[in-house]
Amino acid sequence: MERNLTHIALFAALIAILGLVPPITLAGGVPITAQSLGIMLCGTVLGAKRGALAVLLFLALVAAGLPLLTGGRGGIGVFAGPSVGFLIGFPIAAFVAGWIVERTTLPLGLAAGAASIIGGIGVLYLLGIPGMAFVLDKTIGEASLIAIAFLPGDLVKCVLAGFVTQSIARMRPGSILSRA
Amino acid sequence: MLTLTCPVKTPLHHLPAGAKLATLAVFTLVLFWLPSPLSLSVALAAVIALHLPWGGLFLTHAARMLRPLWPFVLVVAAWHLWVGDARGGAVVILRMITAVAAANLVTMTTRLSDMLTVIERLAQPLARLIPPRRLAMAFALVIRFIPQLSDRLSQIAEAFRARAHRRPGWRVLVPATLAALDDADHAAEALRSRGGTD
Repeated sequence: MERNLTHIALFAALIAILGLVPPITLAGGVPITAQSLGIMLCGTVLGAKRGALAVLLFLALVAAGLPLLTGGRGGIGVFAGPSVGFLIGFPIAAFVAGWIVERTTLPLGLAAGAASIIGGIGVLYLLGIPGMAFVLDKTIGEASLIAIAFLPGDLVKCVLAGFVTQSIARMRPGSILSRA
Repeated sequence: MLTLTCPVKTPLHHLPAGAKLATLAVFTLVLFWLPSPLSLSVALAAVIALHLPWGGLFLTHAARMLRPLWPFVLVVAAWHLWVGDARGGAVVILRMITAVAAANLVTMTTRLSDMLTVIERLAQPLARLIPPRRLAMAFALVIRFIPQLSDRLSQIAEAFRARAHRRPGWRVLVPATLAALDDADHAAEALRSRGGTD
């Protein structure tokens, strides 16, 4: 029981500190940050339920007023801004990524990478783009144009999520709760 | 750790957090019913008026929290000027800025602990799934471990830089995740040895 609680809490803290890592700027000036990688890792390492709870815990602290989102953003204001759909999508993305790793028998690294693409890109964009379209009063197509700029960076993160999950499995085999 | 609550004390800080949040919810809903740039400007002016009496530092704080919106304002403005719909653009931009500024005002004038109390109260109906004591413990653990993990992350990055003359980049990820997993195990043992969470 305690172990569940502390894993959820520590991964919520991990999402927060990955948001502090200075972003790498891709060609074209699009910043890629490690924060959404933290979301993917919550799912692929902790599994569906614990992963989603870790992300919800993180979002609760953001809403309460801690500046934990990339760029030092936080407070309830971020839920009124254009990225609201992505924020709502975060826990669902972690859940889906975790669920996929739990259900497949593929090698862990591959499963985690694929799960991150489906959860961290597929599901996340599915909620994030309509959210942006709603706040900015644009069509889904127009909002997608803005989101698509982040796609290359997000694909890189999915590969990294697969790689990190596999490395963790090698070093702490008992720690991959999604496959426990 | 730094919170977004503004250090400049205002009478707004003394209002109950629940009431401020409820007002904010109603205000945000009303914003989506206001159809014209004029009515939205009045709403924005009202929000700005609530900022003005508390001095320059308060205003700077508020402006800093609004900064991440500017890229979106630019994109929307450029788009609407391009299609020749300035009025529609003004509605979108005014509504977005007003909604975010109003929400930020609540964040700036409410202490973290008050806000967490509201969240714990809202989670009350889920008490059987998420026991309130465990939720409170989870908040405390995250707040305690963010600086700790953050220190670990900079140690990892420094250790890398001492050996290679490059930025560590993604190479910090595996050790950082390991640190989180190990800290979680240690914290779980410490909690259990002190009688657990319930």
